[in-house]
Amino acid sequence: MTAVESASGALDTPIITATGVVKTFGGLRAVDVDKVEIRRNKITALIGPNGAGKTTFFNLLTGFDQVDSGTITLDGNDITGTPPHRLAEKGMVRTFQLTKALAKLSTIENMKLGALDQLGEKFWAALIPGAWAKQEREIEARADAILKRFNLTHMRDEFAGTMSGGQRKLLEMARALMTDPRVVMLDEPMAGVNPALAQSLLELIKMLPAEGRTVIFVEHNMDVVQEISDWVIVMAEGRIIAEGTPAEIKSNKAVVDAYLGAHHGEDLSKVQLS
Amino acid sequence: MDWGFIIERTFSAMIGPEVMIYALAAVGLNVHFGYTGLMNFGQVGFMAAGAYGVGVTVFWLNWSFWIGLVFVFVYAAVLALLLGIPTLRLRADYLGLVTIAASETIRLLARSRVMKPVTGGVEGIDKFAEPFYNLSPFELGKFYSFGPFKYLGRDVWVLMVGWTLLILVTLMVQQLMRSPWGRTLRAIREDEDAARALGKNAYFFKMQSLMLGGMIGALAGLIQVIQKSSVQADTFNPVITFTIWTILIIGGPGRVWSPIIGSSIYWSLIVFVENTLRQLPAGARDTLRDTVELSDFNIGMLRFMLVGGGLLLLARFRPQGIFGSREEMALDRR
Ligand SMILES: Nc1ncnc2c1ncn2[C@@H]1O[C@H](COP(=O)(O)OP(=O)(O)OP(=O)(O)O)[C@@H](O)[C@H]1O
Ligand SMILES: [Mg+2]
Repeated sequence: MTAVESASGALDTPIITATGVVKTFGGLRAVDVDKVEIRRNKITALIGPNGAGKTTFFNLLTGFDQVDSGTITLDGNDITGTPPHRLAEKGMVRTFQLTKALAKLSTIENMKLGALDQLGEKFWAALIPGAWAKQEREIEARADAILKRFNLTHMRDEFAGTMSGGQRKLLEMARALMTDPRVVMLDEPMAGVNPALAQSLLELIKMLPAEGRTVIFVEHNMDVVQEISDWVIVMAEGRIIAEGTPAEIKSNKAVVDAYLGAHHGEDLSKVQLS
Repeated sequence: MDWGFIIERTFSAMIGPEVMIYALAAVGLNVHFGYTGLMNFGQVGFMAAGAYGVGVTVFWLNWSFWIGLVFVFVYAAVLALLLGIPTLRLRADYLGLVTIAASETIRLLARSRVMKPVTGGVEGIDKFAEPFYNLSPFELGKFYSFGPFKYLGRDVWVLMVGWTLLILVTLMVQQLMRSPWGRTLRAIREDEDAARALGKNAYFFKMQSLMLGGMIGALAGLIQVIQKSSVQADTFNPVITFTIWTILIIGGPGRVWSPIIGSSIYWSLIVFVENTLRQLPAGARDTLRDTVELSDFNIGMLRFMLVGGGLLLLARFRPQGIFGSREEMALDRR
């Protein structure tokens, strides 16, 4: 691969790779992944029973947790051990399973926070409003446009803490888009969102690849996974036990077993594996 | 009872040197705790850094007072780095532990015999502030009255300079907190990981906040020793830190005018209660002497107990402080 290709990211190369990535907590191997490649500008679902290591894997990819061993690359560059804020600057943004809407900031402030490279975030420039007022107005306009897409305009000037759980999920994803990311990683974006809102959230996620964004999301609802993903990766007990198109995964024996094991005694209708 | 005297004392206390000095220190703590969520339990350490910044320069190095002013901020910045580098990457409580320990270390070190040539030891340092008082347009030893306010000329001069600085620093903090920089600090206060995920170097912002608030605390320490005309290690004890916290909580953390109003309320109350107790009619005094063994010596303690009771009432009926919003406070419980 040439330097130019690597910078612009040739379309057929994976945007993220993880090789030999291991993370242990005490004696527990929470993540033990031999090889994973995330396809560019596609929607990849990461599924698996509770405790499979999905969130931990997210944490490793986004720099919130450190690998014991292994290598992670973004566009061919080694990013293992890079801190989260540097990864965000490189275009990789994530949301959290337990929503992190900033309760005592208004919705619009939450949104504006997401913009990168703000002049007004420099201490000395902050003292001189003239130095950043224009950029702030541009950021605000962009924030308002995204809020509109997410149907949150009516909450614009309310504290984010007054939002419902579902609205907070929406806000967190909207805020993530403020960084203009190339990779959007969503940890259970649909959890706690009511069905009507969930449908519009799905539509919003589906639009992201066309904008040149890669999506990785964790989800338990198999209907959702079937509907929007291009590729599905299945984790169980820290390992990747299967990957493939949604249709392939649906009929995969190992996946069914993993879910049956984990969901023993639970209502399986939601899992919907044939 | 001489109500005229009590009122004059209380009014003079309302905008007096203590109010100004503690308000300034509380502005620094407000940057730390109110806006960034940093648990600084050693603000008095930064005040000491400021005080010795000028004291040591004049006493030990024999340099001019004016050069000393630079060291006020240098010492504070160095202290912030020393405290921040090991702790700001860790959980919030570590900063709390380290700051309280560091502020006591500074005090004990400054008063130790080894450091006597540098810090003056227990005797401390005096005669360093003349260059400041030489500039005074007021006669230092003369009393000046303005309506119900009455101060010595030297205090009028300190108050003039001090309040000007306090207002300027407060306006600066207000401007900073309205900027994207301030927004990022507030985001870090709410949830550091959310800010990091959005590309903010939380460690760097927290360090900037620790330095800024520390330098403001150092400025308060400087004005305090100028006003007292002496640098004494033991004036920088942990009680000062907790008084500053009390003031900030009365006003309401994270509000720009809280430190000034909180400090004014705190000190007016202290002075009002003390003077009232001292002026009680003989009968009431006797009753208090017989029931709670009140004497001229322990009036100071009773005064703190009464003010403490007042704070309990505040915590019960207005937990968000004078300026805090109940709506915002309620968000914590959701
Ligand atoms: N910080 C930690 N310390 C110790 N153990 C941890 C830590 N974080 C996660 N684990 C353990 O690692 C395993 C994987 O957890 P993880 O949260 O990654 O699972 P998950 O697939 O996201 O599950 P869920 O679907 O419930 O969100 C679990 O057994 C969990 O208890
Ligand atoms: Mg999880």
